[in-house]
Amino acid sequence: MKKISLDKMNELFAAIAASQTLYLPVDDGKKGAKFDAWKEGAVYSTAANTSRSAKDFFFPQVEDMASFKVEGKEIEVIDTREETEDFVVFGVRACDAKSFEILDSVYLADPVDSYYENRRQHGLIMTMACNKPTDTCFCSAFGIDAANPAGDISCWMTDSELLLEACTEKGEALLNALSMLEDADASAADDTKAAIKSILGKLPLANLSPDGMKQKSLMEFFGSDKWAELSESCLGCGTCTFVCPTCQCYDIRDYDTGHGVMRYRCWDSCMYSDFTLCAHGNTRTTQLQRFRQRFMHKLVYYPDNNNGVFGCVGCGRCMRSCPISMNIVKVMKALEG
Amino acid sequence: MREETLIPKVGVVTDIRQDTPDVKTFRVVGLDGKKVFEHIPGQCAMLSVPGVGEGMFSITSSPTNIEFMEFSIKKCGCLTSWLHMMEVGQQITIRGPYGNGFPVESDLKGKDLLFIAGGIGLAPLRSVINYVRDKKENYGSVHIIYGSRSMDDLVDYKEIIEEWCTDAGVTVDLTIDRPQEGWDGHVGFIPSFVEELKPDLSRTVLICGPPIMIKFTLDGMKKLGFKESQVFTTMELRMKCAIGKCGRCNIGNKYVCKDGPVFRFDQLAELPDEY
Amino acid sequence: MQEVMVKRASELLADGTVERVLGWKNGEFAYDPTPAVFDSADALSAFVYNDFCASNLSKYLIDLSKKEGKTLVFLKPCDSYSFNQLLTEHRVDREKAYIIGIACDGKVDEAKLREAGCEGILGITTEGDTVKVDTLYGEMAIAKADVLGERCVTCKSKQVVVYDEMIGENGEVNADCGRFDQVAALEAMTPDERYAFWRNELSRCIRCNACRNICPACSCENCVFDNPKSGISQKAAADTFEENMFHIIRAFHVAGRCTDCGECSRVCPQHIPLHLLNRKFIKDMNECYGEYQAGAEAGSRAPLVNYTLDDCEPSVVYEREASK
Repeated sequence: MKKISLDKMNELFAAIAASQTLYLPVDDGKKGAKFDAWKEGAVYSTAANTSRSAKDFFFPQVEDMASFKVEGKEIEVIDTREETEDFVVFGVRACDAKSFEILDSVYLADPVDSYYENRRQHGLIMTMACNKPTDTCFCSAFGIDAANPAGDISCWMTDSELLLEACTEKGEALLNALSMLEDADASAADDTKAAIKSILGKLPLANLSPDGMKQKSLMEFFGSDKWAELSESCLGCGTCTFVCPTCQCYDIRDYDTGHGVMRYRCWDSCMYSDFTLCAHGNTRTTQLQRFRQRFMHKLVYYPDNNNGVFGCVGCGRCMRSCPISMNIVKVMKALEG
Repeated sequence: MREETLIPKVGVVTDIRQDTPDVKTFRVVGLDGKKVFEHIPGQCAMLSVPGVGEGMFSITSSPTNIEFMEFSIKKCGCLTSWLHMMEVGQQITIRGPYGNGFPVESDLKGKDLLFIAGGIGLAPLRSVINYVRDKKENYGSVHIIYGSRSMDDLVDYKEIIEEWCTDAGVTVDLTIDRPQEGWDGHVGFIPSFVEELKPDLSRTVLICGPPIMIKFTLDGMKKLGFKESQVFTTMELRMKCAIGKCGRCNIGNKYVCKDGPVFRFDQLAELPDEY
Repeated sequence: MQEVMVKRASELLADGTVERVLGWKNGEFAYDPTPAVFDSADALSAFVYNDFCASNLSKYLIDLSKKEGKTLVFLKPCDSYSFNQLLTEHRVDREKAYIIGIACDGKVDEAKLREAGCEGILGITTEGDTVKVDTLYGEMAIAKADVLGERCVTCKSKQVVVYDEMIGENGEVNADCGRFDQVAALEAMTPDERYAFWRNELSRCIRCNACRNICPACSCENCVFDNPKSGISQKAAADTFEENMFHIIRAFHVAGRCTDCGECSRVCPQHIPLHLLNRKFIKDMNECYGEYQAGAEAGSRAPLVNYTLDDCEPSVVYEREASK
């Protein structure tokens, strides 16, 4: 384990940023935090989490896939992909770090998504333990330990120091290259971890468990009479989807650039009415069906296809941002009840 | 960087056949004049016209055709309307093959087969039918029941009459929805036609057509004594990626593009009725 | 207030006046009630009314108007303007709604509580002007005025404008609410400054469509942005032009119909002050065509769909610019 005094954090950031882009959470001036590229003067935000998830780094909301030149009857396909430059994301929370694994199991499964893989290979994740978890946090329900976040490098903040521990070779290499770091005792973070664990146990959702979601069959959950009530006031917007670190659905669209066609992909939401719209009709015509799809995917379908791992990391963003305050916790409790 | 399946290849349309008033069959090869890729009957390809859109289409030709691929496409939306306006020589983009395909080398092998198709539903089955005809030694007898709205709407009519009907070991029963001048064959909907024909219960069944036709035909077949586990169908839902990632073509925990499009009815029975 | 509302709702359900009740249902926490329909007195045990029942319920009446029988709905002053506007647009049926107006002294913004340092919230109670928050990290007492929703800070009216009965005393229109101050500040900027302001705000948009879907004025059966043939994408900003124009087009479409209920800004997960776009239109209309408040009166003709000889000429744009 390595350490650096908190008042020298800026030096650390500058050293990392000297060789690659460093992103870290900063105050967004809008009641929350956002990831931004570090530049001199940037102040690390200790907010419980960023308003948007960290998935943008690997699965951006909009990205170009390929372009086409069309002339007469002829088409030229242009591969516009470029190797991403190395980057570091500092201050990722344990929940978001886990979300990358969930995205990995989709995008890195055969056939590998090269766009995602490219960013994944060039990104280095420095996670930060959660000194101050909040009421909307329920990562422990999914086996995530906010006191011991995963990542290439795990970090802890004590009253006076930032402690860093490499978890991967990539992380080890970065830490070794940072000469201002001093060696720390392997137990240096123990008090902080213990304090975090104690708070985690007192969180209002500390006892939330998805175990009930394993007690019934897919068809029983699908046919539950709870969906009508749960979805009745759903607006069909995509807020929950777009702030969610594990929502992975995308749309592919073409865009006329004026001198060619750019094929791009963008986040899509199963909550949107056109998600399953075909020329011949729509398989989900009601908001109940669309709402059910989103939660069935996270709580039943995804675990069915991924050894029981749930498609939720308990970050609580949907709890904070749903316009009508409906969220996955209410859904889980209703379905299990 | 590794090859990316989402980036398509260029295909050239070398022949266009007007099959019915709203169905055209397109012959596609790569820029080198050869097949763009090999496939199994029942698999699909993503065809696109840049700027218009991309869509999943079943490959109508049999893999035993070594020269080209064919796609029978009904005009019903934006992309298909554009495809129908194409002339020979037009380039499109193509990627694939996608999906599981029919189990021609396992479950279907050595079996007597029954094909039931309605309208454009013949498109994915035609690939299997011609495959089986070309590899007769591996399969039992073939019974084809095919129906459309009218005589003009029977896709591949010429091939059916000239090749399938004359092929030993292949029985073809055709029907159209309403009586029509010049038609002396059967008139009536497919579900009741199948019940009338009382096909051999030992046959393995492959069915494709409009959802409502499939529903009633399956009900009737169950009455006749067929089991869900001997009936295969192929599905179509809105798709974007075709590789089980974009998340829109799922039926329960199965993705039609990756785990399908071919399903057995006993598998579908365990899934939500969202198709 | 909550007890009185539940009691009255139970009575109206019992005597058959209404078939169902549209209100708010309690959530996991004090701050997350969800709009809900209750169809029995038993179901009302989950009914809640507190400082966080901010949702404007009027839009739900579009669908509920199509159901058999009357729906009892509790409308706050803001929501009542929206209801009137929907009535004007023939989107809701007055005969299908039994409206109980509820006095409102402003709703608390959860995000502002968090900005004030409330994390690990365990409970929230309001006592008079003070919001007491019990958190994992200690108790906090905050002046309610400091954590009111943005729209409540400049509340235009505490008057319920359409109701069958009131609970609490109906309030007054507040003409001096100062709701156009921020718009005036934007108008005072140079075009470059203003452009920079809006680029900063709109570039954060994630196209979740929450603003549109919650907006009572956005009641089109099929929005132009959802039309696959429109050539634009409703779920991603393909370029900055779309990013900017989505909100501006929407503001144009609701101009004259927007009652300034402020739901768009309340629900924006990116905290974009969208209401300022709408208020700019309202302010302009007030200045060009005389004071007009959408939804103040059902059936009123909005200035943009009405012609009078006193209407300003298009040249007013240049005159206004010159007078600056």
